[in-house]
Amino acid sequence: MPAYTLTVNGQPRSVDVPADTPLLWALRDQLDLVGTKYGCGMGLCGACTVHLDGVPVRSCLTPVATVGKMAVTTIEGLDPAGKHPLQQAWCDHDVPQCGYCQAGQIMTTAALLKSTPAPTDEEIDGALAGNLCRCGTYLRIRAAVKSAASALQAGGTA
Amino acid sequence: MKPKTNPVAAVYDRRDFLRVSALAGGGFALSLALPGPGWAQTAQALDDTAKVFTPSPFIKITPEGIITLLAPNPETGQGVRTSLPMMVAEELDVDMSAVVVEQASLRADVGGQFAAGSGSTPGNFMRLRRAGATARAMLVEAAAQTWNVPAGELRTDKGRVIHEATGRSLAYGELATKAATLPIPDEKTIRLKRNGQFRVMGSRVGGVDNPAIVTGQRLFGIDQKLPGMVYAAYEKCPVFGGKVVSANVDRIKALPGVLDCFVIEGSGNPSGLLPGVAIIAGSTWAAFSAKRQLQIVWDESAGTNHTSGIYAAKAAELARKQGANLRTDGDVEAAFASAAKVIEGAYAYPYLNHATLEPQGCTAWAKDDGIEFWTTSQSPEWGRELIAKTLSIPPEKLKMNLVRGGGGFGRRLSNDYMVEAAALALRTGGKPVKLTWTREDDMRHCFYRPGGFHFLKGAVDAQGRLSAWHNHFVTFGHWSARNPANCAGIRTDELPARFIANYKLDQSIMHTIVPTGLMRAPGANALAFVMQSFIDELAHAAGRDPVEFRLELLGEDRVVPCNPDPFGEPYNTGRMKTVLRRAAAESSWSEPLPKGEGRGVAFHFCHSGYVAMVAHVAVAKDGGLRVRQVTAVVDVGPIINLSGAENQVEGAIIDGLSALWLQEMTYDSGRAVQSNFHDYPLLRINDAPASIKVHFIQSDIPPTGLGEPPYPVVPPVICNAIFAATGKRIRQLPLVKSDLSWAPRRS
Repeated sequence: MPAYTLTVNGQPRSVDVPADTPLLWALRDQLDLVGTKYGCGMGLCGACTVHLDGVPVRSCLTPVATVGKMAVTTIEGLDPAGKHPLQQAWCDHDVPQCGYCQAGQIMTTAALLKSTPAPTDEEIDGALAGNLCRCGTYLRIRAAVKSAASALQAGGTA
Repeated sequence: MKPKTNPVAAVYDRRDFLRVSALAGGGFALSLALPGPGWAQTAQALDDTAKVFTPSPFIKITPEGIITLLAPNPETGQGVRTSLPMMVAEELDVDMSAVVVEQASLRADVGGQFAAGSGSTPGNFMRLRRAGATARAMLVEAAAQTWNVPAGELRTDKGRVIHEATGRSLAYGELATKAATLPIPDEKTIRLKRNGQFRVMGSRVGGVDNPAIVTGQRLFGIDQKLPGMVYAAYEKCPVFGGKVVSANVDRIKALPGVLDCFVIEGSGNPSGLLPGVAIIAGSTWAAFSAKRQLQIVWDESAGTNHTSGIYAAKAAELARKQGANLRTDGDVEAAFASAAKVIEGAYAYPYLNHATLEPQGCTAWAKDDGIEFWTTSQSPEWGRELIAKTLSIPPEKLKMNLVRGGGGFGRRLSNDYMVEAAALALRTGGKPVKLTWTREDDMRHCFYRPGGFHFLKGAVDAQGRLSAWHNHFVTFGHWSARNPANCAGIRTDELPARFIANYKLDQSIMHTIVPTGLMRAPGANALAFVMQSFIDELAHAAGRDPVEFRLELLGEDRVVPCNPDPFGEPYNTGRMKTVLRRAAAESSWSEPLPKGEGRGVAFHFCHSGYVAMVAHVAVAKDGGLRVRQVTAVVDVGPIINLSGAENQVEGAIIDGLSALWLQEMTYDSGRAVQSNFHDYPLLRINDAPASIKVHFIQSDIPPTGLGEPPYPVVPPVICNAIFAATGKRIRQLPLVKSDLSWAPRRS
């Protein structure tokens, strides 16, 4: 099996897997980064969202062989201290129910806030329309995104 | 507020993540990073356990001041890992930010460990409070003996015992070793707080796992990892009742990463172990990849002629015949003959899948002395019994660790995936094995919410009152045309029975092979749509206000008795009228709306909870639906965790919208047609309501559960609002099958 060297959360990490292995499973099974979740395997639910060079992608549809030198950021690496304003806002608003989708929701939102620091409801809905929440926490997600956006604008760290 | 000398309390007071490997002066270790207050890590006592105060399984206080509370029940998102320990914390007099919550495994001494029937709150409310109060009384006694003062002169506050007169105080941790030597007092001598004295219960406490969830820590069933673990996939026959004839197991075994591949015959019981082909591999992806290359010859004969497309016509045919009479009150025919108005309506709702976002799966490890499981089951006790029966293993040899499930909704009350994991663990040479279902497995192998058909005729009299109701219910049997399938029946005192003089309920049953089971508010989740929609039709037929019409139907404030069966509950009309009136008051019910917008109302009582809602929708001329606002008023007694409770109601509304708007399972020749979220969608954030308002009537009764009661109200309240907006009556779900447009499309 070929070995790939990925840059994951700022660290070089080696995975020895077949080329078609989705990044999702390399992260979860080989690198033991289990925050990125499997929900559908078809890019339909968004639970597996990670960043490649800052762009949110569906890791379940991203073969390891295509990652190359792009920087992979997962929920574990979103913030070194786990204190990204989004993570704080998600706790402040008590967003999660089961919590399974929330890493994907946060990763998609983190990318949104980089390009759109003060999103409207429509922009939030548009960006997150591909991230399903089975428990129905959408209204709290909207509120948490706005809180985090305010915190970032007020000088929080991203 | 925390003892300054206690390093552990200091750690917990900081809202950041610290790695604590050794704590000064204690000989205790917390094994992992602590992402904040309440984060669930076990304080492991490394020295003399006699110094640790453990007056019950629910509480552990170390001399260093670590207060650990046990969360007894399975957590799949309903919030009980937070709300149940709050009951202990309330009477113990500690803040939730000062405790560690530890998940119980399945054990004999903590009561029924289920996530079912909205039962965790009522089942634990008194038990957990008594546990907290008993521990508090012993800590007070320990302080009284230490200071040689009467216990009556002492009070407690936030984890300390205080002697006001002398200004002395001690933290619980400082009293733990002494308290551990005291006899446990008789429960009857323990005083509980009165309503109005609560500080913890009724407040807003964030979920204890939130910090771990938002940082991606290992929490869920699918995240489990054990030394030497192997990974499994299991392919079952897509046709219900099908069997394996042959499979290319030798070719699969030769694939890279595959360790083993074998056929499992199955137990012959649809709720036990289904036949299939197992793949054991070195990673999840290797197992999933190999699964795609399986070539299996199935015996699919069981599925012949089982196609859901024929159900509607068959139900209509059965409805024209005489059904089995389940209940007759008064004389419906005479009432129809003398009525001012008689209307008919044929209602239908589809099969549904729970579609938990974490697919089913389980980790199991067969050892010399039995099998250990890491399971997301909502009913680990039933799971243990099912495994014991199916695989002939004594139940005491099956150890169940409970781990967080990514959604439950009743799916994890069926334990088929646990039996599979057990069967696999017996074939992996003593290595732990993690079974992960694909989404497709999960869609195709469910215990579905049963569909059903109701052929209704109702009447209003000259005074505009509901005067007669006849329902011919056509439902499904599982391998039977005689008995309704699991959760496909109807109670004979289902509303409006007991509330009108002339009522008749008939039933016919269609034979199917589709397995059915428990889903959020079983029965009610379908029946409320039918009853509350047809009541609405009758209100409009009578030219009455739908709220007034319903209040009149409920009648005087009283408790209406129910049928004497295990699931019957007396109906308190006063409590229902209160939530109904309040929902109208909170939603500007009587204020006019522009054309294309409307408000609907509905209520339902189930699982001891009384819920009424008003929905405000807007339907564009081309039929595009927007839900502007849903106002929910809920009476389940006092609320334990206000934040979690509101979250449950908001979630039930969005879950209900998903189902009524988008979801339907269909079957072709005995197999499920839908396979993933492209053909079985979940509601997306852009279709979520603009606003949800939740109000609780904090009545002074013992609290009951909240996971289920709001959910059944959602389909009728939305459909009734659509009628108000468009004049279109929705009698068939899901909504996507109906054209809601009410004006010609612009070209």
